[in-house]
Amino acid sequence: MTGLMANICLLTLLVVIVVMVMRTHRLFAVVVLSGAYSLICAVIFVNLDAVDVAFTEAAVGAGISTVLFLAAMAVLPGTEKQPPRAHTLTSNLAGLVIVVIVGGLLMVAAFDLPAVGDPNAPAQVHVAPRYLVESDEVLHIPNVVTTVLASYRGFDTLGETIVVFTAGLGVFLLLCGATRTARRRMARPEQDQGSGPDEG
Amino acid sequence: MKDNVILRVAAKILFAPIIVFGLYVQFHGDYGPGGGFQAGVIIAAAFILHALVFGLEAGRRLFPLWLNIWLLAAGVLIYGAVGVASMGLNGLFLDYNVLAASPAAGQHVGIILVEFGVGLTVTTVMLLLFHAFAGFSPNAFEEDDIVEGVFAEDDFGEDDIEEDAPDAADGEARQ
Repeated sequence: MTGLMANICLLTLLVVIVVMVMRTHRLFAVVVLSGAYSLICAVIFVNLDAVDVAFTEAAVGAGISTVLFLAAMAVLPGTEKQPPRAHTLTSNLAGLVIVVIVGGLLMVAAFDLPAVGDPNAPAQVHVAPRYLVESDEVLHIPNVVTTVLASYRGFDTLGETIVVFTAGLGVFLLLCGATRTARRRMARPEQDQGSGPDEG
Repeated sequence: MKDNVILRVAAKILFAPIIVFGLYVQFHGDYGPGGGFQAGVIIAAAFILHALVFGLEAGRRLFPLWLNIWLLAAGVLIYGAVGVASMGLNGLFLDYNVLAASPAAGQHVGIILVEFGVGLTVTTVMLLLFHAFAGFSPNAFEEDDIVEGVFAEDDFGEDDIEEDAPDAADGEARQ
């Protein structure tokens, strides 16, 4: 019962934060609020006993993303541009109808999902029992999440690491201008003025 | 933020414990929550805190760009090398059972090494992203002097990326 009450409070807070993000035009407030959103998500994950996910959410979502957004904001104007006043009643109404229909469908579909922690759910009866038993008793690694992540699903994690590597390299090349065009321009500064920055 | 004595002292006190906590999360991932991804972010956070308080230039002196780029690739290579090593020991790719005398010990070795690779890559990517965003100048592609600043040397070995770092850091401090 306490867990249910806590979850209701936390989910309400999430909705409040989302409404605040939508209402404000100051980007700094948006960044800080999204950090708070991640932190509350982390608490919800702890409530669901997903400590590793909560840890990641708190470190990445609330920590690093906030700092990265702030760093990116240093070169941006502080407030969001006002949207043009093109919202008529009919366009709003169409959006509302679509949102209600999609939301209704999702809620109907959600009733077919197994309950949280249901031992007969498909996810719990396939390979999960083997992982849970084998990880602790055969491999002596109590944290099953680590075993699944690094050992049973080692290929996936290798792919994830390569994705992270590629993303970092791509951002670095784009933002720091470490491209062939930039090199060429540096070698011959009087030429290549017209070429775009997006080459290479 | 360099001039604020409270921030400076707090950052100096916090820097080492954050890194120790990151290493704990890294190498204790088998037994408690955590692992390479979380540890990488935590260790990067320590360096980012340092760069935020003491300036981007000081952050780059502490963790130079060439080291950042080398470790970035080293993390992925360590992960792949574990897979190749297990193939060399007559196992399958990323089959840790053959890495040590018993399968259980082999799994421990493999997981620790693989998580270390992940942590290395995540740390360096986060630092690279932070410096790319914080040191970014919107005119970087128009002004030749900034481009020249980035490529003062031909290779990545010696150069300092943050020509415009103090401005960006100040802009951030004002937010």
